[in-house]
Amino acid sequence: MKIRKLFTAAALITGTLLSAQSAFAGDKIRIATEGAYAPFNMVDASGNLIGFDVDIANALCAQMKADCEIVAQDWDGIIPGLRAKKYDAIIASMSITEERLRVVDFSDKYYSNLLAFVTADGSNIETTKEGLKGKTVGAQRATIAGQYLEDNLGDVVNVKLYDTQDNAYLDLKSGRLDALLSDKLPAYDWLETDEGKGFAFTGEAIDIKDQIGIAVRKGDDLKGKFSEAIKAIVADGTYEKINAKYFPFSIY
Amino acid sequence: MGWEWEVIFKYFPRLLEGAWLTLELVVISGLIGIALSIPLALLRTSPNAWVRALPYAYIYFFRGTPLLVQIFLVYYGASQFEVIRESVLWPVLKEPYWCAIIAFSLNTAAYSAELFRGAIQAIPNGEIEAAESLGMSNALLTRRIILPRMFGIALPGYGNEVILMLKGSALASTITLLDITGMARTVIARTYTPLEMFLAAGVVYLLMSGIIIALFRFMESRFNRYQSYNPDRDA
Repeated sequence: MKIRKLFTAAALITGTLLSAQSAFAGDKIRIATEGAYAPFNMVDASGNLIGFDVDIANALCAQMKADCEIVAQDWDGIIPGLRAKKYDAIIASMSITEERLRVVDFSDKYYSNLLAFVTADGSNIETTKEGLKGKTVGAQRATIAGQYLEDNLGDVVNVKLYDTQDNAYLDLKSGRLDALLSDKLPAYDWLETDEGKGFAFTGEAIDIKDQIGIAVRKGDDLKGKFSEAIKAIVADGTYEKINAKYFPFSIY
Repeated sequence: MGWEWEVIFKYFPRLLEGAWLTLELVVISGLIGIALSIPLALLRTSPNAWVRALPYAYIYFFRGTPLLVQIFLVYYGASQFEVIRESVLWPVLKEPYWCAIIAFSLNTAAYSAELFRGAIQAIPNGEIEAAESLGMSNALLTRRIILPRMFGIALPGYGNEVILMLKGSALASTITLLDITGMARTVIARTYTPLEMFLAAGVVYLLMSGIIIALFRFMESRFNRYQSYNPDRDA
């Protein structure tokens, strides 16, 4: 009896250890998002995570019939957290890049993104290399926009990198920034709000072939499952409904 | 995921650039902090309760709120107001560099003022009485006796405060400054090697603390030379 109890306990412990290793035991998938990137992921007045990413995550989980838990995680540490198995997937508007592919796998895209400059009305800044010479341009740290700034304009503009997009907006409004380089869609959302009054997109949007996918650990077969599920919700119209909630044009 | 030494070597020069900014922030705000804290400490030891109240409130606020909050208030908070953006102060407050200096100076002034207050109260009464009996005026007494003795007594504690300030300066990275931490985070955003870069950043901080500790050891031995005076040996 005693020995059997011991065995049961041992089995239970091994069980929990194993399930901590694999994301699938119990079908509970933990998904991280940032919560500071409106309208894709943000926190509402009562502290719940909401937004396009969260809706997509829920639709995908429903499609996969999986039990999901969505957690908030700072952007800077979001990939290290995935690798440390604090969660199993990142649905946080993350661009698929070569550098990220070295350390994580991505599902197929669930939307596409462009970069765009935002400036104050009447600032008359040309968004060319010459036009931006000597200007202060901001972007969020550890984003495609931030990288694009450093790589393509780092030698002529004064680059300022922010922890969150919200902080970058604050500095754009206060006049510390002459321009902000941002993903186009969240900026579109911000420009629609009262906060964004007096600001507008300037110049051509930059197509950097930026596709947004779901990041999972290398070799995790969640990658295939998410890709399948994305295909399914695009096909059955669920995706379109979620899209229409946020943008009057298709972002797939 | 392997350990990538070459990332550390490749980006170490950028960390050193960051170290220079960290050093500037600590030294400049440290000096401003001392300048502010001495009058605060003297007021704090005043026999008049009303005179004591003002520095007390100041110290209470700056010791009672997180440094991060203070930095955000100066940098993002102040810039919300049109009045400030239109004012002559804006060219200064516009720069994250000066915002960090302002926040760090005000913060360290509060802590140092308490240290100095304690030191003033620890000066043996006999020394003050001796000076008074020589007919020293209050100003002369403060200049010749209280301040020098205060520095000597407060020095070990103040060295501690400078090290805390060095580490607190990492918060400058939250307002876009590229100090050691800011540099490390910017590099990590590109290379995804947080362990390697933060370890390297930690080593830089450790070296800087080591230098500060040695510096204060040296100053202590100069300022408090009487403590190592041994009449039998030195006779």
